[in-house]
Amino acid sequence: MKYVIMFTTTPELDAAVSPERLEQVYRRTYDWFGTNREVMTESGAQLQPVTTATTVTHGGDAPVVVDGPFSEAKEAIGGFQVIDVPDLDAAIAIVKTWPLLELPGVSVEIRPIIVY
Amino acid sequence: MNETDAAAAESGRTRAAASDRLLARVIREESGRIVAALTGWLGSLDLAEESVADAIEEAVRQWRRSGVPPNPGGWLTQAARNNALDRLRREKRYREKLALLADPTEAATFIGTRELDERLPLLFGCCHPAISPDAQLALTLRAICGLTTAQIARATLAPESTVAQRIVRAKRKIGAAGIPLRIPEGPERAARLDIVLTVVSVMYSEAHLIAGGDAAADRDLADDALWLARVVAHQLPREAEAQGLLSLLLFHRAREGARAVDGELILLADQDRTRWDGRLIAEGQAVLGKAAMLRRPGRWQLHAAIAACHSDTRDGGDTDWLQVLTLYDMLLAYDRSPIVRLNRTVALAEVDGPQAALEEVDALRQALTGYHLWHAVRARMLRHLGRRDEAMAEDLRALELTANDAERRLLEARVAR
Repeated sequence: MKYVIMFTTTPELDAAVSPERLEQVYRRTYDWFGTNREVMTESGAQLQPVTTATTVTHGGDAPVVVDGPFSEAKEAIGGFQVIDVPDLDAAIAIVKTWPLLELPGVSVEIRPIIVY
Repeated sequence: MNETDAAAAESGRTRAAASDRLLARVIREESGRIVAALTGWLGSLDLAEESVADAIEEAVRQWRRSGVPPNPGGWLTQAARNNALDRLRREKRYREKLALLADPTEAATFIGTRELDERLPLLFGCCHPAISPDAQLALTLRAICGLTTAQIARATLAPESTVAQRIVRAKRKIGAAGIPLRIPEGPERAARLDIVLTVVSVMYSEAHLIAGGDAAADRDLADDALWLARVVAHQLPREAEAQGLLSLLLFHRAREGARAVDGELILLADQDRTRWDGRLIAEGQAVLGKAAMLRRPGRWQLHAAIAACHSDTRDGGDTDWLQVLTLYDMLLAYDRSPIVRLNRTVALAEVDGPQAALEEVDALRQALTGYHLWHAVRARMLRHLGRRDEAMAEDLRALELTANDAERRLLEARVAR
């Protein structure tokens, strides 16, 4: 089955982590992608910070363009990756080893992809 | 006497209530097996469970009138299979699947030859952490125990539409999100087993929460929970915690007759111990002994050990409170939940006195204020300290907060004294 895993962080909590620690944890994310190479599909991306986001939203007459992410949430999506694994348990097992989960405010959402 | 003889004997002399109990017993024996087998055949828990649920509704209607047929499992399997095929024909999204299943004889062999009991993998799937706790419970009650949505709604104090929605969502999620129906191996296994055991334990305690109901409830969820605890313990004989939960529920069940008399609740200390069921207590002790030999302690075994201490006494006066307190202290290493800490204060009061216990009760104020038993326990400590007015105020607060008739009458009697 294919799943999108969405990596989210809480920018205001990230600020509390020392740059050395952050760098050390981020370095391990490269290893993580390497270790799990077999389940990674080619779809995935790391995103620029949420401060660069632009949202086009429903407006009465015409769509409205605004600065910022679509939701007011404190969490922001930092990237996503499509993985191909046998079932949800396999997806959870891999996601649990995502190095950034050591940091407070970090979550990973797992969503199955619709197959037509 | 087998179930069929029991059915014949019981249908002749009892009214609806007893025969509903019998139906519950027959149905839960079959339900989980058939759901598991049909899921394997159809490749869809959603469809399988729906078809079995419909078959159960039909069975209840028919069997209530004309008695249980000689082979209730065969009857239910056949009805569920027909329901599934009807649905497959009716609903467009299933058409493709139907082609794959065209040969009905294949279904018969598939389901008929399944000797393996696949209820446990199904149960472990229903209790996946990706399913919300409410839905884990509702789905387990329906798929494994064969309760109808209406029965679950009554037993868990939730509106029927809410329960129905919970079940549908959970089943669809299992299919759409690829939640495997199996017992996990490795490090996940113990954590998942604990969820399963928690669901069974919640099932048992829900039986006592029926609002406006009396202590003896109509569909006996406690009975279902004890039955399910047995299924799990027997199929996983090496899992000490599964034995621990079975032992705990046996001790609780043994005291049921003394706990609720004529719809009135009676506190442990005041219970007539001759009403305890000695056979169940002996079984509880044997199961706990077996668990201990596995040398893998855990919270359910400790809960059971505490219950065992109470069951050892001839009257409330000779309880070994120091041992109870020691067990609670050990339990805190596994489970620091406010409820466990609250229960511990009762033992603490017996060992270190009511003042020490009151301090601990007060430390739980933030977590438990508004929970009727917190107020009732606080009242008890205050009364032991001679602070009668404050005790009365707490009892009144507890009274206001309790939704259960029997519990309310118990508190009213205390306030009246």
